[in-house]
Amino acid sequence: MTGEALTTQDDVRALLTRRAREVTPARIFTGGPEGGYTTTDLLALRADHAAARDAVLAPLDLADPALADIAARHAVFAVDSQAGSIEEHLLRPDLGRRLSDAGRAAITAACTPATDVQIVIGDGLSAAAVHAQVPTLLPLLVAECRQRGWTVGRPFAVRHCRVGVMNDVGDALDPAVVVLLVGERPGLATAESLSAYLAYRPRPGDTDAKRDLISNIHARGLTTEEAVRRIGDLIAEQRALRGSGVAARSA
Amino acid sequence: MRRTVSYRCTLRGETFTFADLRELLAKANEEKSGDALAGIAARSATERVAAKLALADVPLREIADTPLIDDDVTALIADTHDRATFDREFASLTVGELRELVLGRAFAARWTDEGLARALTPEIAAAVAKLMGNKDLVVAAAPLRTITRLRNTMGQPGVLAVRVQPNHPSDAVEGVLLSAIDGLLFGCGDAMLGLNPVDDGVDSVASVLGGLQDLIGRLGVPTQSCVLAHITTQLEAMRRGAPVDLLFQSIAGTQGANASFGVTLDLLAEGREAVVAHHAEREETFIGEHVMYFETGQGSALSAGAHHDVDQLTIEARAHGVARAYDPFLVNTVVGFIGPEYLADARQINRAGLEDHFMGRLLGLPMGCDVCYTNHADADQNSNDDLLMLLAMAGCQYVMGIPGSDDVMLNYQSTSYHDVAAVRELLGLRPAPEFEAWLAEMGLWADGGLTGGDGPVLDTAARAVAEAAPRELPA
Repeated sequence: MTGEALTTQDDVRALLTRRAREVTPARIFTGGPEGGYTTTDLLALRADHAAARDAVLAPLDLADPALADIAARHAVFAVDSQAGSIEEHLLRPDLGRRLSDAGRAAITAACTPATDVQIVIGDGLSAAAVHAQVPTLLPLLVAECRQRGWTVGRPFAVRHCRVGVMNDVGDALDPAVVVLLVGERPGLATAESLSAYLAYRPRPGDTDAKRDLISNIHARGLTTEEAVRRIGDLIAEQRALRGSGVAARSA
Repeated sequence: MRRTVSYRCTLRGETFTFADLRELLAKANEEKSGDALAGIAARSATERVAAKLALADVPLREIADTPLIDDDVTALIADTHDRATFDREFASLTVGELRELVLGRAFAARWTDEGLARALTPEIAAAVAKLMGNKDLVVAAAPLRTITRLRNTMGQPGVLAVRVQPNHPSDAVEGVLLSAIDGLLFGCGDAMLGLNPVDDGVDSVASVLGGLQDLIGRLGVPTQSCVLAHITTQLEAMRRGAPVDLLFQSIAGTQGANASFGVTLDLLAEGREAVVAHHAEREETFIGEHVMYFETGQGSALSAGAHHDVDQLTIEARAHGVARAYDPFLVNTVVGFIGPEYLADARQINRAGLEDHFMGRLLGLPMGCDVCYTNHADADQNSNDDLLMLLAMAGCQYVMGIPGSDDVMLNYQSTSYHDVAAVRELLGLRPAPEFEAWLAEMGLWADGGLTGGDGPVLDTAARAVAEAAPRELPA
């Protein structure tokens, strides 16, 4: 921003404002101090918060038009965690970390045990993120795994899901690697950001120290193609290490 | 000399018993989802009030003599307790009597003149907060002022200070400085220019510290900078030549929870000493030795599985007890950041903000609050406005200033430059005196309010931004 002639205060402000739009998403240089925000800025904030709230409260629905095709093609089915409602899910993370008894029975009946990779889809704190990212991510990820010669279990979804549910999945199906695609807590910038958590042979009691994470998968963040490549590399690394997370790397 | 006393209260024909002080304190707490998650909350509204009734009759001596947890935080609290003054002024009072004393018009003057803050323990502050209504928490806190100094002065009557929190999704120094400059134009930044980094690496932290210091130096702003990395990262950056004004650390009210943050009490003491020595070597003027900046918040001990079945309000007070031992410049309860499993909704968040602020003030802390919420909590910007105005009335030391209230790195909402400017105007509150004089000199402030002008700040700021470059540090 050097080299431009700055003559008036208005020029300087215009220049800084233009530069600000290029280098930060922060809501700066948005108007004078009197009376608070402009009406446009106030309502923009409200709209972004509304999208975030709706994303948190929306149900994960495999029959939704966004997911129905991909769910049918990969025979995805849905089970529940022990959290019985969205309210319970938000207030009792301990319940969201456990499969319901019916859910555990369902995956045990429907999924092949001891595969190389078991993909799980979870709403987490944004079903909107699942609806937005999984339709492109899931087929690419399954193809990537098969291309690398790994067996892939039948994918399933967990409603009211927290990351810790991976431990129950590992315990029930004993895959080498569990990949959980889970909606992140929405910010105002996007409500559609997805994370992929990976754990090698997870078991009850495991913590984040035994998990690897790829976050920020959304349109203005990490692309689904890049995410799939990184997930593939991480699976390969975990298989080589026979472990995952900082626990395996610092050992 | 641990005693086990059980408590009993009959309310409307139903008799409730509480096995010990820990259970009594937990059940006397206002409703919090975190206490329910921990399985220690009152099981009914009536039981909650019965616990409050029983707690009101507990002598303060009994609380002071009943350690709830056996750890180094408890030992620190005992070591820093002014027991002689406690025995003289408070020991024979009950919790209910203390509430009435604290709300009395004469209390604040005695609290100040006789140094009563250090005669009160965190557990006593928590107990009395449990008997107070929200208005009590505001009324009692307002006259209890604690003055601190570093590169300016915090805490004088009529001052509401603001931390500019210029966070950026990749810590890009240019973006950080632009956010900070916008804050200065709104009269914010007297508490500090304080960034939460994405990258906890020494080089990145040093680069942001250098950029903020450069901006402060060019503009001659009487304020302090901070990058809220882990304490060890800040100390390493300092060792390698980066300027550290405030030394930050998140702390909690149990030894186990502090361990989960990667800190010990010794580390805090050593860090404080190192920064005081560093300031003596700096060319800038430091007018005081309040070098520490702490953040706290209800629920962190439970989150770390280190709560020992003690309620989150009492543990928050114990975190204040830790902070007090290191003479902090500012302490901040990040009240709504932790999420709905600890504070479920706007009512719980706002209550907790008022409680934390009151307890901190009573204990003599320079207490501020990050008035905030996450998008998975049942709260919104309207409820956030409410807490901001309540805390401003309560004499809150400082709040956050975040562009448009939207933290683009931490993904939560707090209070904005616009919000703080409006609340200062509404209640006739001012920035810290040195900072106010600087604002006036720059043409940004006149007649007790913002002028709406840019003054010479923009030109200088534009140069600072243009020349901001990552700094290389010696290894």
